[in-house]
Amino acid sequence: MATTEEIRADLADIVNEVAGVDADDVQLDKSFVDDLDVDSLSMVEVVVAAEEKFGVTIPDDEVKNLKTVGDAVAYIERAQG
Amino acid sequence: MPSTRVVVTGLGTTSPVGGDVASTWQALLSGTSGIAHLTDDWVEQMPVKIGGRVAVEPTEVLERVKARRLDRSSQFAMVAADQAWADAGLEGSGLEHERLGVALASGIGGVTTLLANYDALLEKGPRRVSPLAVPMLMPNAPAANVSLKYGARAAVHAPTSACASGNEAIALALDLIRLGRADVVLAGGTEAAIHPLPMAAFANMMALSKTASDDGGDPTTVSRPWDTGRDGFVLGEGGAVLVLESEEHARARGATIYAEVRGAGISNDAHDIAQPDPEGRGGTRAIKMALREGDVDPATVVHVNAHATSTPKGDIAEGLMLHAVLGEHVDRCVVTSTKSMTGHLLGGAGALEAVATVMALRDRVSPPTINLDDLDPEVHLDIPTSRRDLPEGDIVALNNSFGFGGANVAVAFGSVS
Repeated sequence: MATTEEIRADLADIVNEVAGVDADDVQLDKSFVDDLDVDSLSMVEVVVAAEEKFGVTIPDDEVKNLKTVGDAVAYIERAQG
Repeated sequence: MPSTRVVVTGLGTTSPVGGDVASTWQALLSGTSGIAHLTDDWVEQMPVKIGGRVAVEPTEVLERVKARRLDRSSQFAMVAADQAWADAGLEGSGLEHERLGVALASGIGGVTTLLANYDALLEKGPRRVSPLAVPMLMPNAPAANVSLKYGARAAVHAPTSACASGNEAIALALDLIRLGRADVVLAGGTEAAIHPLPMAAFANMMALSKTASDDGGDPTTVSRPWDTGRDGFVLGEGGAVLVLESEEHARARGATIYAEVRGAGISNDAHDIAQPDPEGRGGTRAIKMALREGDVDPATVVHVNAHATSTPKGDIAEGLMLHAVLGEHVDRCVVTSTKSMTGHLLGGAGALEAVATVMALRDRVSPPTINLDDLDPEVHLDIPTSRRDLPEGDIVALNNSFGFGGANVAVAFGSVS
């Protein structure tokens, strides 16, 4: 089972790859839109890459609830549960 | 006669022979080929294994995250536009962005993005199709991305006429300025079609040369316009952008002027979807139109950057056109096909060759045509095989492009003193 920090670090690499955000800035309290400047299409790319990386499904309806990196990490942890 | 004079104030390109205008121009003057064996992992099963990849990968120049949101054709356009914008000195020039247009073409559009996403759809399902696929693959993506970057808020066009697209974009830019719809237009073309599907299609229609793919031959000798041994074109990739500007606007800001765009002509053969009219009648009309529009005396036309793709029929038809338009003056006209070195950039060809035409006027020298060892006896043109100086005085150079669908586009550029 991946730890919260492992998921955060892997997600940070995805956000870096998709949106060019420094991976060190991708911390649990950061908002994708307000802090990391990840736009809606980039967010879809992040979600799809995360689904493949973590072997989970994140429905479109759920994406709007993933406001912060912490929200996404928590969702992935639950989905992997 | 159109009253607004239009000039060229900036150039940019990324091509099979160089990553910018200076290196491309030097390579062309020295007769350097950009054609090589392709090294892609898909090439082994292909009937054609050679091509003209760009000399400098765009991802070495563009910011990584921006590059991954652009189809390869848009990447080339962006690299070329960045260079042309800087070359023209437009940054901080006080340009009115509502008067800045774009006319940037490709022949095929974002074909590598389309096919990569289709592969993802088949292999991994619809969820894996990129949400950016449509804005990346749409034919106006190169034009739209350049307009976004530079805040071009006048007309932003992506004219398409297969292999004449790049030249049609320049003709359209000329119109936009003459009609008063823009003061400055970033004009050009781009193509990124070195992919197994378009290559298989061109090969199956017998348009691409299969020489040197499997016979151990030298790929740099395969593109040989007007030579008796020519047997099809070699596919290249890349893009080029020219800054066209009203002379009044250019003078007011003290811009350096490369050349004047004297006139353009566009016509169609309505003869065959792929084959040129063997007598070149449509092309003749386009060239005549360009000279008439620019009030050009045929005696002053001393240079032609020909379309000449190294196909058996097309190269001959273009010779007939030049004889029909220039008459006896054709004897003092220096004709070249830079495709002998770059391969055929399809929608990017007319723009890259416009850059070469403008540089030829500025430096008063024509690049050679390489691989012309045995001139086709049906061709009666002065085609130097090493660089040739052009005369002093007011001179005019023509850039011709012809495309599937019967499109013929000719643009006449004039020297500036």
